[in-house]
Amino acid sequence: MRYIDPHIHMVSRTTDDYQRMAQAGCIAVTEPAFWAGFDRSSAQGFYDYFRQLTDYEPRRAAQFGIEHFTWLCINPKEADDPGFAREVVSLIPEFLDNHNVLGIGEIGLNKNTRNELIILEEQIALAEKHNQMVLVHTPHLEDKLKGTRIIMDALAASKIDPGRILVDHVEEHTVAEVLDRGFWAGMTLYPDTKVTPQRAVDIVEMYGSERIWMNSAGDWGCSDPLAVPKARLEMKRRGHSDELVDRVTLHNPQTFLSQSGRFQVEA
Amino acid sequence: MATNSESTCPMTRTGVIDTYFMEHRARLIDIAAFLDRLDRSAGDADDIRESSFRQAIQILSDGESQRAARILSLLSDHTTEMPQSAEGMKGASGAPVSLVDGGHA
Repeated sequence: MRYIDPHIHMVSRTTDDYQRMAQAGCIAVTEPAFWAGFDRSSAQGFYDYFRQLTDYEPRRAAQFGIEHFTWLCINPKEADDPGFAREVVSLIPEFLDNHNVLGIGEIGLNKNTRNELIILEEQIALAEKHNQMVLVHTPHLEDKLKGTRIIMDALAASKIDPGRILVDHVEEHTVAEVLDRGFWAGMTLYPDTKVTPQRAVDIVEMYGSERIWMNSAGDWGCSDPLAVPKARLEMKRRGHSDELVDRVTLHNPQTFLSQSGRFQVEA
Repeated sequence: MATNSESTCPMTRTGVIDTYFMEHRARLIDIAAFLDRLDRSAGDADDIRESSFRQAIQILSDGESQRAARILSLLSDHTTEMPQSAEGMKGASGAPVSLVDGGHA
């Protein structure tokens, strides 16, 4: 069994988690920049975080045969102060040439504010200017439907090919619109606030397996770095073919991510 | 998108019940116990989360399809206004304030 977890925050996980993921068949992870659970007090804090994502974390993953890639940004939860956010965004270009950087992410909205939207649009412009792929964070709970639509409108206003953009954290009420507009869709297997492995498999059964993947988004909260292999088992329990299981947990992530020439992982 | 009449789940109906009944029986009783706990608690019954939860329960037994999507839509903010800042409101509650005024879903 081989799989890719295309959205997981390994800086928040222990080295034991890398070991368990490798034992479960994980061959590669991609790690978007995100909120640390508290607001950083300076742009320098982000500079060090970007160094961790581009230098230290790939070496930690490599100890277990897992390839580590990353996405850089200021996340929406810390993007509500445009002045501060612009300081952070100005640091990103010097990291874009790093060997494991796939693009800009996870950018998006949190509380659907005008300030967040300003910084989202500026980071979309950054991706466009540097020909980067984009990984999108959609808001939580009651804010998801509204925020997903605002984000997709902002993306559509750019010249970035929707096929180079993945809109993450879709659920039953947002997945159809995301796919219909030509974006890739990510299902996040996360307790309470996103989808369970069972619901993710239901979504595949209802909406198909084209341009869709599963990820754990494992982080510092209650979350499960082995959520993707658990979803694979759920698919097999229902009688889905190995080919379909591999498509949504291995080949689809590989297809999307390989649009960046840096992602060269044999599935 | 598949409709309820399409067999997109490879399991038989009996297989689905055999596999998932006990798990969801337990969750059903959890919901019943949660409502009983609310009945036994002190305070006003005007929390938007409680009222939206009770609306969502009605969707479960209305006989229509797409229950998960419709409950998620019910629990979503359908306004179009955008506040300038998120100052003081970083998290989400799980139900939109607009439900207090009659709801939009």
